[in-house]
Amino acid sequence: MSYLHTFGAHVPTRIVANAELAAELGCAPEWIESASGIRERRYADGDTVADLAIAAARDCLARAGMEASKLGLIMVSSGSAERRFPGPAATVAAALGLNTTPVLDLPIASAGSIFALSLASQLAVTYGDVLVVASEKMSSVIQGAARDQNTAILFGDGAGAALVSSRPSRIEIVDSVLHTDGANREDLSLDWGGPLRMNGRTVILQATRKLPAVIQEVLQRSGLVAAEVKQFVMHQANQNLIMKVARTLEVDASLMFSNIAKYGNTSSASMLIAASEWEPSPGYTVFAGFGAGFNWGALLARVA
Amino acid sequence: MSGDNSYMRDRLLKVLQQVTSQPVTIGDEDSLFESGLLDSFALPDLVAGVENEFSFRVPDSDLNPRKFDSIARIEAYISEHVQ
Repeated sequence: MSYLHTFGAHVPTRIVANAELAAELGCAPEWIESASGIRERRYADGDTVADLAIAAARDCLARAGMEASKLGLIMVSSGSAERRFPGPAATVAAALGLNTTPVLDLPIASAGSIFALSLASQLAVTYGDVLVVASEKMSSVIQGAARDQNTAILFGDGAGAALVSSRPSRIEIVDSVLHTDGANREDLSLDWGGPLRMNGRTVILQATRKLPAVIQEVLQRSGLVAAEVKQFVMHQANQNLIMKVARTLEVDASLMFSNIAKYGNTSSASMLIAASEWEPSPGYTVFAGFGAGFNWGALLARVA
Repeated sequence: MSGDNSYMRDRLLKVLQQVTSQPVTIGDEDSLFESGLLDSFALPDLVAGVENEFSFRVPDSDLNPRKFDSIARIEAYISEHVQ
């Protein structure tokens, strides 16, 4: 049995509003918002993926009132890390003053945080307290000579974190489900130094099918239905996608936590940034994510 | 065009009109996306509409926008999957 203790987040201070981006891209600010639900996003400028991750990790530990030395494992997901190796997890551990605590990097964009949370819920039983961090500097991969309007409007920078433990807390992790299908791996990809490639139509078509399905799968395993869920905290990919998932599940749109208007799509970081602003209320909450790979998954939590 | 094909086409056009909320006046081979009739978020509704109307499930492996990019392609796909 594992539990979610606290969340944390860090977003850069520089705000890039739709008006600024629209002027660069030659489109209307209103179009950006209607196509995505995004009003502004943050750009990290000089900070690295690891810098953002460290700030989110510290925020999470501060909220938990916990010293880093108590951690048994650190997991860091990022699809936009600057180096092949070592990944940002080693830098995070070093910044926290740790020199023996094992770390794992998960180079999984978008769904990285749901994968990390699910794995942490299993590993916490063996390793003790697990700090999950998801950090992305998407501005570095969407800014370039060949700027694609369809991706440039979506992405922002930021990091989120979660503390997962076998020690009881108010939020029990009941179950989780993860899936991968590599058939569409070329439809959302990023090579080193290359532009982000996204076939948006395929991504949305697949996500609108797979996200509700995996949410229903994790609920069904516990004998639950979507109507019994108090809140859904999903990867903040696109507001229109989040609303489509709500309609498919036949749940009220108000149950879908959303902060995408403020931060844009921060890839794997988005679900944990959302979680850091989510106010748990008694009942079931489902976390879910979908992204490059395609990887997707859902986690069922029960709030006491 | 046989009577069966004509009937199937009428049902498909009805689905398209419901999804796009506008008259479908493009040619069979014209791209539904390039014509502006469909966008990324209307496409899942079209697939769901086809599934409901023709009572079959489009498998995840067939969730490829190219298969649904024109009336002709959708007709061909439905013909392959509906007896």
